[in-house]
Amino acid sequence: MSKLEIKNVSFSYDGKTDIIKDINLSVEKGELISILGKSGCGKTTLFNVISGLKRPKTGSVIIDGEDVTGKPGHISYMLQKDLLLPYRTIEDNVALPLILSGTKKKAARQAVQDGIRRFGLDGTQKKYPGELSGGMRQRAALLRTYNFSGEIALLDEPFSALDTLTKGEMHSWFLDVMSEIKLSALFITHDIDEAIFLSDKICLLTGKPSSITDIIEIKRPESHKKDFSLTPEFLEYKKTITEKLFVENTADMC
Amino acid sequence: MFSRLKKKLLNTTDKLLPALAILILLAVWEIVSDTGIVPKYMLPSPVEVAQAFVTDFPLLLENSRTTLIETFVGLFAGIGVGFLFAVIMDMFKPIRKALYPLIVITQTIPPVALAPLLVLWFGYEMTPKVILIVLIVFFPVAVSLLDGYESADKDTISLMRSMGATKVQIFRYVKFPGALEQFFASLKIAVSYAVVGAVISEWLGGFQGLGVYMTRVKKSYAFDKMFAVIFLISALSLLLMFGVNLLKKKCMPWDKRN
Repeated sequence: MSKLEIKNVSFSYDGKTDIIKDINLSVEKGELISILGKSGCGKTTLFNVISGLKRPKTGSVIIDGEDVTGKPGHISYMLQKDLLLPYRTIEDNVALPLILSGTKKKAARQAVQDGIRRFGLDGTQKKYPGELSGGMRQRAALLRTYNFSGEIALLDEPFSALDTLTKGEMHSWFLDVMSEIKLSALFITHDIDEAIFLSDKICLLTGKPSSITDIIEIKRPESHKKDFSLTPEFLEYKKTITEKLFVENTADMC
Repeated sequence: MFSRLKKKLLNTTDKLLPALAILILLAVWEIVSDTGIVPKYMLPSPVEVAQAFVTDFPLLLENSRTTLIETFVGLFAGIGVGFLFAVIMDMFKPIRKALYPLIVITQTIPPVALAPLLVLWFGYEMTPKVILIVLIVFFPVAVSLLDGYESADKDTISLMRSMGATKVQIFRYVKFPGALEQFFASLKIAVSYAVVGAVISEWLGGFQGLGVYMTRVKKSYAFDKMFAVIFLISALSLLLMFGVNLLKKKCMPWDKRN
């Protein structure tokens, strides 16, 4: 059974013009699938539907075999902005999902310590988000996401607000952590390099209304895990994707 | 190292300059009064004011007690009512729409104009004073909290919802702490207004309090005591504002600016 299954999802704000149309997608355990498309393609709308914040016009969202269409609280969601609460310490921020579901503050704090160490945030427990760098804040946000559900996460351009160097660092860190915690994830990005570097599969979201026009499987060569982005295979992927995005975009501007 | 030294130096000058200004003002006042440019009976010198303060100290203390009790009761009740209104208006949009203009209109009525009415309605005891303070404090507290709740980040609220947070949880973890900054800013103003409100309603009728003391010394043309009580009132306001600052620091440990 797939972790997450999205069946024939369409969405429109006014009931007439569809923003996204007939989206079909499934995520298996431990898989990272990127959704790549230009800004304004309805990527975030799709995530709002999957997270249950918005109800789709048609179609359904199924997590672990359970229909959760239009019901929030089943899948963790992380946005481009870290959205850490500035008035809570890092440990209280990452413990928030547990507290929301009824765990006592003390027990919740205890429970997140292990994750804090694993995510390389040791020593920041008592600090406030304002005292941390962008990269560290993003790590904390990811840990909070993971603490909500260690099963599957929606990541909406989580690294796009970081500078290039920090971003590169975060990518390798992210891959390490992902393989350790075995999280399944859907990942939105408009950065082709990022998509190829991180994903197992890339879905191209194009057209108007947007739909998934291509799914490209990425095979990372075992010998080049760290410097994958410097291999000819990487460039080959990039070429394929750019061509596809370009051709489809000239046909009908997204 | 050097910049820290410079900062420290700047800090001391920041405190030194206003202190110097006050000292100069007092000195000019002393000279004007002592040389008789302004007659003594109209403008007692600072030294005489200080002397009056010392001789009347037990009396001032006793009257301050009454005024402060009124202030605190009114302040807490006003904050309570303001908080309640803000929460209800935030939770139920129609109520907000219905009440907001009304609340703004009530603010155009000067509280001082209401004070005599309140005395007529509620007598010379504490009640009319407390009610006046509640009326004064309620508005800035309610509006600042409401604006604070409104300004809560929409994405953060979406995120909380996606984590299955209830309305109450969103209020507790996002909206309320986010409104504290504005709340304390308005509270700082509210406390000094509250003291003034207590004194004014005491003018209009009462048995004890700094306002009553003031009307009494005014009738006997005791200008030195008049100045003494004025300084005491402003000192009390300052003290309360200082207290608000302390409370703010305690309640908002994440705010590293202060």
